[in-house]
Amino acid sequence: MAKILKKNKVSTKGTKKTLNKNTGTEKTPEKSSSAKRRERKRKTVGKLKGTLKTTKKSPIEKLDLDNVDEDELLNEGEEIIPSEDEGGSDDDRKHQKLLEAISALGGKKKRRLAERSEATIQISEFSVDAKGEGEKINLSDLIQTIAKTPAVSAQTKSHLKKLKLEEKTVDSPLTKPETERIQRNVAFQKSSEEVSRWQSIVKQNLKAEQLVFPLNQEAPGPKPLEQVVCGWKARTPLEQEIFRLLSVNKQPINDPVLTPIEEESLKAMSLEDAKIRRAELQKARALQSYYEAKARRERSIKSKKYHKVQNKAKRKEFVKKFDEMLKSDPVSALEELQKLELGRMKERMSLKHQNSGKWAKSKAIMAKYDDGARKAMQQQLEVNKDLTQKLATTLSDEEGEDDGETSEPDMLPDFVNEVEPGQDPANPWMRGQLSKDPVDLTEPSVPETAAAVLISEDEEEGPEETEEEGLLRGFAERRKQRQEQEAENEAAKNQDMEVMTEENKAGAEKAVASHDAADADIADDDEEEEEELSKFTNLFQELKDSRMEAEASAMVAEVSEPECAQLQQAMFRIKSLEDMDLLDQEEQADPAEPNAEAPQPAPLESKGADKKRKRKRGIDLAEVLTKEATVINVPLAPTAVEGAEGAAHGQEEQRDVIKEAFAGDDVISDFLKDKRREEEAGRPKVVDLTLPGWGEWGGQGLQPSKKKRRRFRLKTAPPPPRKDGGLASVIISEKRDSSVSMHQVGALPHPFLLPEQFEVTMRAPVGATWNTRQAVKKITMPKIVTKVGAIIQPMSRDDLLKHSRKQEEEGTAGEPKKRKAPQRKRSQKRHKKTKN
Amino acid sequence: MKVKVLSRNPDDYVRETKYDIQRVPRNYDPTLNPFEVPREYTRAMNATKLERVLAKPFLASLDGHRDAVNCMAKHSTSLSTLLSGACDGEVKVWNLTKHNCVRTIQAHEGFVRGMVVRFCGTSFYSIGDDKTIKQWNMEAPGYGVEEEPINTILGKTVFTGLDHHQKNGTFATCGQTVDIWDEQRSTPIRSFSWGVESFSSVRFNPVETELLASCASDRSIVLYDMRESMPLKKVIMTMRSNTLSWNPMEAFYFTCANEDYNLYTYDMRYLEKPVTVHMDHVSAVLDVDYSPTGREFVSASFDKSIRIFPKENRNSREVYHTKRMQHVVCVKWSADNKYVMSGSDEMNIRLWKANAAEKLGVLSHREKLAANYNQKLKEKFQYHPKVKRIARHRHLPKHIFTEAKEHTVMREARRRKYVNNVRKHSKPGAVPMLSEREKHVVAVVK
Repeated sequence: MAKILKKNKVSTKGTKKTLNKNTGTEKTPEKSSSAKRRERKRKTVGKLKGTLKTTKKSPIEKLDLDNVDEDELLNEGEEIIPSEDEGGSDDDRKHQKLLEAISALGGKKKRRLAERSEATIQISEFSVDAKGEGEKINLSDLIQTIAKTPAVSAQTKSHLKKLKLEEKTVDSPLTKPETERIQRNVAFQKSSEEVSRWQSIVKQNLKAEQLVFPLNQEAPGPKPLEQVVCGWKARTPLEQEIFRLLSVNKQPINDPVLTPIEEESLKAMSLEDAKIRRAELQKARALQSYYEAKARRERSIKSKKYHKVQNKAKRKEFVKKFDEMLKSDPVSALEELQKLELGRMKERMSLKHQNSGKWAKSKAIMAKYDDGARKAMQQQLEVNKDLTQKLATTLSDEEGEDDGETSEPDMLPDFVNEVEPGQDPANPWMRGQLSKDPVDLTEPSVPETAAAVLISEDEEEGPEETEEEGLLRGFAERRKQRQEQEAENEAAKNQDMEVMTEENKAGAEKAVASHDAADADIADDDEEEEEELSKFTNLFQELKDSRMEAEASAMVAEVSEPECAQLQQAMFRIKSLEDMDLLDQEEQADPAEPNAEAPQPAPLESKGADKKRKRKRGIDLAEVLTKEATVINVPLAPTAVEGAEGAAHGQEEQRDVIKEAFAGDDVISDFLKDKRREEEAGRPKVVDLTLPGWGEWGGQGLQPSKKKRRRFRLKTAPPPPRKDGGLASVIISEKRDSSVSMHQVGALPHPFLLPEQFEVTMRAPVGATWNTRQAVKKITMPKIVTKVGAIIQPMSRDDLLKHSRKQEEEGTAGEPKKRKAPQRKRSQKRHKKTKN
Repeated sequence: MKVKVLSRNPDDYVRETKYDIQRVPRNYDPTLNPFEVPREYTRAMNATKLERVLAKPFLASLDGHRDAVNCMAKHSTSLSTLLSGACDGEVKVWNLTKHNCVRTIQAHEGFVRGMVVRFCGTSFYSIGDDKTIKQWNMEAPGYGVEEEPINTILGKTVFTGLDHHQKNGTFATCGQTVDIWDEQRSTPIRSFSWGVESFSSVRFNPVETELLASCASDRSIVLYDMRESMPLKKVIMTMRSNTLSWNPMEAFYFTCANEDYNLYTYDMRYLEKPVTVHMDHVSAVLDVDYSPTGREFVSASFDKSIRIFPKENRNSREVYHTKRMQHVVCVKWSADNKYVMSGSDEMNIRLWKANAAEKLGVLSHREKLAANYNQKLKEKFQYHPKVKRIARHRHLPKHIFTEAKEHTVMREARRRKYVNNVRKHSKPGAVPMLSEREKHVVAVVK
């Protein structure tokens, strides 16, 4: 026993290791076959353990079990081996039996297959294990086993069940004709697809203007030398000498004949490419010269108004571009800005537009009496103002945040305000807008009518500028409203603020203070800040500039401006809900104003309007038509009624439509007129052949005598009666000439869809009498040309390949063309713009 | 400063040689050259008349056969060589330029049913009623040497048709089955049959070279792919087709010559309806061959005439006949698109021009220009009644003329009966109004 124990001990160490190993393998995700097997074993061992646990927990048993496990592992055996140590000692066996009996008592009984694990002497020839060697077998034992084993094993049962559940039976094979049909179908599909590849080439050949058979002929003319020379060898001593020389000089001898450089140069630019390039260059040159000429022409124009308009357009263009630039690359936009700034500086330094020159002084004398002079001076000032206009104002986004403190609009930049910070309000020159003072000085009494006229002129000139004006005015309005709102809000906020804790207050104040400091900084060094102007401010600056111009030009007529602004309020776009709200408020505010101010310009405008109306009117029906048209009552309801109403309604509608269509014209009378005209035309005319003076006295006031007239007035015989004479509602034309109709085509032949098409083809002559030689050649080109004595082979697969390759090339070549097209468009656009 | 000077291209006024005609500068102002339409009309009229005057299509008759000509074969590489097989088993090789027979072979016992020249042009195959396929050398044997085939294959049944692959060493025969043969083997590498029938002709598709079509005696046309083990499809028509011909430029079109006097052009992908029905013959059409350009085909008929049809037209553009020509059994269009050859029952082979009024031989430049101009004028004024009448006029032998008339009457009567009696007195919708194209197809078997 002790010996066994020892052995077991030794073995336990090993088993423990293996067990550990097993657990290790279990954890690893990949399971090799051996690992799986091991796992299976482990499970069975576990089961065994379970059974043992139910009975007794003696160390020996445990050891036993472990031993079993080890054995199995060593053998890599397939089955579980019941514990059986050497010798087959009685004690042990008895114990085993006992165990079995106990385990049999417990619910489920595991049937164990006994197997021999070690080499023993007593091997029965029936390969039955030597378990019950010495014992006698009773009949009851045998019967017992029979009773215990089920007829069909559980495993097979479960398999059968599974199979039953699946119920997948393989279909019986198709009948022969059916399979054949399927095969045929498949084959046909394949071959028809194959054949369809030719479709495009067939179509192309059908459409081709000319086909020269045999189709894939080699190009006529000299072949490349390589092909000719290919199979040729130097034989004579002279030739050999030459070739030796060539090889010494590293000239290509045989294949390829051209040096690589030469070949490249040949390939570099094909003739077509060169032509295209030349054409492009020519075009570019032509365009350039055209633009130059245009520029020269424009420069030589002396009209100031023209230039004014031009400048305006240019400025607009510039603003637009600048906007785009702001979005695309702000750096260059900044440069642009700096340029403007430089211009301004220069203007400030010079006295160019300050009305201080000789001319200006002379004009100033005249200004009292002469409108033109006044205007000229005004313009000068305006120009100056424009140029000296400060570009940017102090503003930053930070300002927007502390709206509660400063009560400034958070969205809008500062410069929109009338009062401009950073500039001296006292200096009228520095202001964005020309103050009224100088105007008042120069023209103390401007007749209002004239002003109105000026306005109207301006408005006619540039309706574009009003848009921006409107926009700005809209902003101004909104700003005012917002300020009001905010004033209210502030009051509310102040109340709230009181509730706030002191700490918070302090914090807020700090923040406000810092903001204030920032503000102050900004106000101080505007030049630095100018460079960092936001997009928004720039945009507004530009807009404002343009507005300034507009205002200056229309300055004299400021009287009517508010009205104008009111009208244009609707012009800005509503982009958000806020805007909508604002709009509502504006509408509420507005209505009284336009009514009050409308009548003033009305009479002035009415004149122009009348003139326009007269110009536009064109033809008045009432004037032209002597006969009064019958008045029709056209139903106001839409002619197309949806759905519900059925066919009857549709018919009615149809009738209405017809009535409507024919209501205006009197068909019957027209027809009668036509008929009468036909008859008139057919009636014989009296031909007067009298010549005054022949055989008589002639002269003023003398008529040829009656006799003569009778004699020389020829009456042709009346034609046969008209065929439609007795038929009231028919006109039968009798123009058809049977002698001509023999040569005329009776019905429109097949390919033509319209008689006009046919007539056109007939009218175009094809002969050399009417066409140039080239044209005739092209027109009379036969559709199919075959060469005498050349065998025309049927189309081959190579043709198909070539065709597809060519198409591919065309496809790739087509893309750049497409790409080119928009470019051309763009250039055209530019062209148009410059024209404007 | 830009100075503009008059400059002229010397090409415009300098002659290349002194034999050239002086170029006369012309003013093309239409006011100076009035009445263009009437003038061209007269020119067109004259051109049309001239065309009819010059239309002399018959070139030569090759006689020498001692029995009816049953089949012909074009040489694949030589335009001047033509092979013909007669009903007495004799094969003759003709030189078309000299109009003489260069070689005579007693190839078979009984009819020579079919002949085909190998794609390389070095040998040709013939089949006959003696159940043999024989391969012959194209070159005649030396003086005193007996004519012997290179190769002879003895088949089990009579072969009725033969065609060779366009590029490979395989050929196809038909009899009771359609067989594909390898040149190196004495047994077919593949044989197709679909139901019990006998075939009258088999043709390889010259473009899509693995495809075949055959005409079977059960009124059907069967399509095959050489690579497949099964036939592809068949269409059964109201009457039997005698032969068919593939379009050499349009892989999917073939035309079959039918016993019902018509020819049918099919798209092999859509066999349900022929693309065009060509009807002008007044008796069974026995043979058909496409022009190498694929624009026209020529058909031979039992009514002793051959006709040329544009492939998309219902009616023929030309009819050829002579007094002595009997039932035309076989017809071929030469590989240069200029000639048509016909073999007929009265032992002669006839050579025709494909364009009746075309001038053969070398044309000078001005002749070419004039011909082109005239052709264009004819095209332009083809719808004018006078021109049309002259251009369309053909003389026909009496039997064809009367029969054609008879056929129009019969056709009209049939139509009237169908519309007035059958259709009117049956349930509306039960008898559909069939177009000419739909009438002749019985079924398509997949």
